Amino acid sequence: MLDALTLPFMQRALVAGLMVAFLASYYGVFVVQRGLGFLGNGLAHAAFGGVALGLLLNQEPLWIAVPFTVLVSVAIIWVRHRTTLATDTVIGVFFAVSMAAGIIFLSLKKDYTADAFSYLFGSILAITTTDLWVTGGVVVLALLVQPLWGRWAYATFDRELALSDRVPVIFDEYLLAVLMAVTVVVAVKVVGIVLISAFLVIPAAAARMLAGRFATMTRLSVLFGMTSTCAGLAVSYWLDLPSGAVIVLIQAAIFLLALLPPLLSKLSHRA
Amino acid sequence: MHAVHVHQLSLFLGESEALADISCCIQEGEFVAVLGPNGAGKSTFLKVLLGLLEPSRGSVRVLDRPPRQVEPQWIGYVPQAKTLDRGFPAIATELVVTGLHRSWVRRLRDSDREAALAALTLVGAAHLAERPLGSLSGGELQRIYLARALARKPRLILLDEPATGIDAVGETDFYRLLDHYRLANKATILMVTHDWEVASHHACRVMVLNHRLIGFGEPGEAMCEECLRNAYGPNKPSAGIADLRERRRA
Repeated sequence: MLDALTLPFMQRALVAGLMVAFLASYYGVFVVQRGLGFLGNGLAHAAFGGVALGLLLNQEPLWIAVPFTVLVSVAIIWVRHRTTLATDTVIGVFFAVSMAAGIIFLSLKKDYTADAFSYLFGSILAITTTDLWVTGGVVVLALLVQPLWGRWAYATFDRELALSDRVPVIFDEYLLAVLMAVTVVVAVKVVGIVLISAFLVIPAAAARMLAGRFATMTRLSVLFGMTSTCAGLAVSYWLDLPSGAVIVLIQAAIFLLALLPPLLSKLSHRA
Repeated sequence: MHAVHVHQLSLFLGESEALADISCCIQEGEFVAVLGPNGAGKSTFLKVLLGLLEPSRGSVRVLDRPPRQVEPQWIGYVPQAKTLDRGFPAIATELVVTGLHRSWVRRLRDSDREAALAALTLVGAAHLAERPLGSLSGGELQRIYLARALARKPRLILLDEPATGIDAVGETDFYRLLDHYRLANKATILMVTHDWEVASHHACRVMVLNHRLIGFGEPGEAMCEECLRNAYGPNKPSAGIADLRERRRA
């Protein structure tokens, strides 16, 4: 692996992978605790619509995907606030519409296949320096809004209690939606549309199994996300396997390990 | 000064009128119980006072200000325990500390722990300080919520069915504590409850609500047979205030 790190494309892959893992596992704790596991999928498919539109317009797909996905993400929150529909239902509608739009956009472009597939499954080893700068910018943004963790956590625990304490819950929901949409878009090139929701959900879910406090859950989630990315890249390099898929399988292994302590504790209580 | 002043309050939730033409004044230092059948708008009324819902008509002032301009630390809100997300990883002390910081804290400082412990001791729940919220019973949880509300030394306490899940002995302590805090701090208490006996025993005044204000006054006056009939219809509870007094005497 150390040899591999002398290769520029591997260096870029590692840095990009770690940044995406940090972002996804940090926001992932809010996704998991708010029961929004489906949101990652929804936003990834919205990103697909945006990427397809970018390809159709012969523009850099990510520059089109960012506003497209942010728009969809904000629209999901807007509709949820104004109707009694369940969040998953609203996400499901936008998920399907974005996907359908993406398919139409691609069908209008004759030579789409290769590009579209690289976004569907990710191509971490094809990360460019520009991609790194963009992802770095999103990381800086996440660090800047990091003081908001406390009020996001409060609203995650009890939305109404936070509202009664004048926490700007609705503004924060839109802000989180925008930040998560941007995160999903920058993660698309690294992990691909198909697997991005795993980055949002699995490290946070594993952390939830072990943590007794939300702050600990957040730290563990980030730790699991970044560790699995390092390990996944190494394994994928050695075995010549797709890196995104290997990272997700390592996340899943961590999740299975994290299931053991609570399961063993339950079994010992029964005995 | 009035703790709560409501004038011709109406609130529509969608098509239905959840609250209709309600007017009342609650003095500082009073303990007012809000009674009424399920779906009568009792919790909705509290949410209007908290500024969570905007009246469709009429005016509301809480501690001499519109609800959304009231300093949050002036109000201690105890929601129904059943709304708690038991899957949230947290210990009791963290929930109490939200009453002080109006935010979740990443690290509990010594001063936070001390303040939380003082509030938990007040409600007889110091032994629960480090317990995960998900492992607490309904009654224990209500004590934690009350500790959270009292930690900020509020001028107005709004309680939504606070005694749910508390056993009989715990309930007596619970109301004794509320009374003690109210008298010591000249605080006002507004409590939604289904327990007519508790209302008649502890409240200075009682509001009987069924979308409209059916009765408002001292327990004997507001909990009369006619008010019961108007609030609950033909399936009204069998006991009026007179019956309750008889029962207590017995």
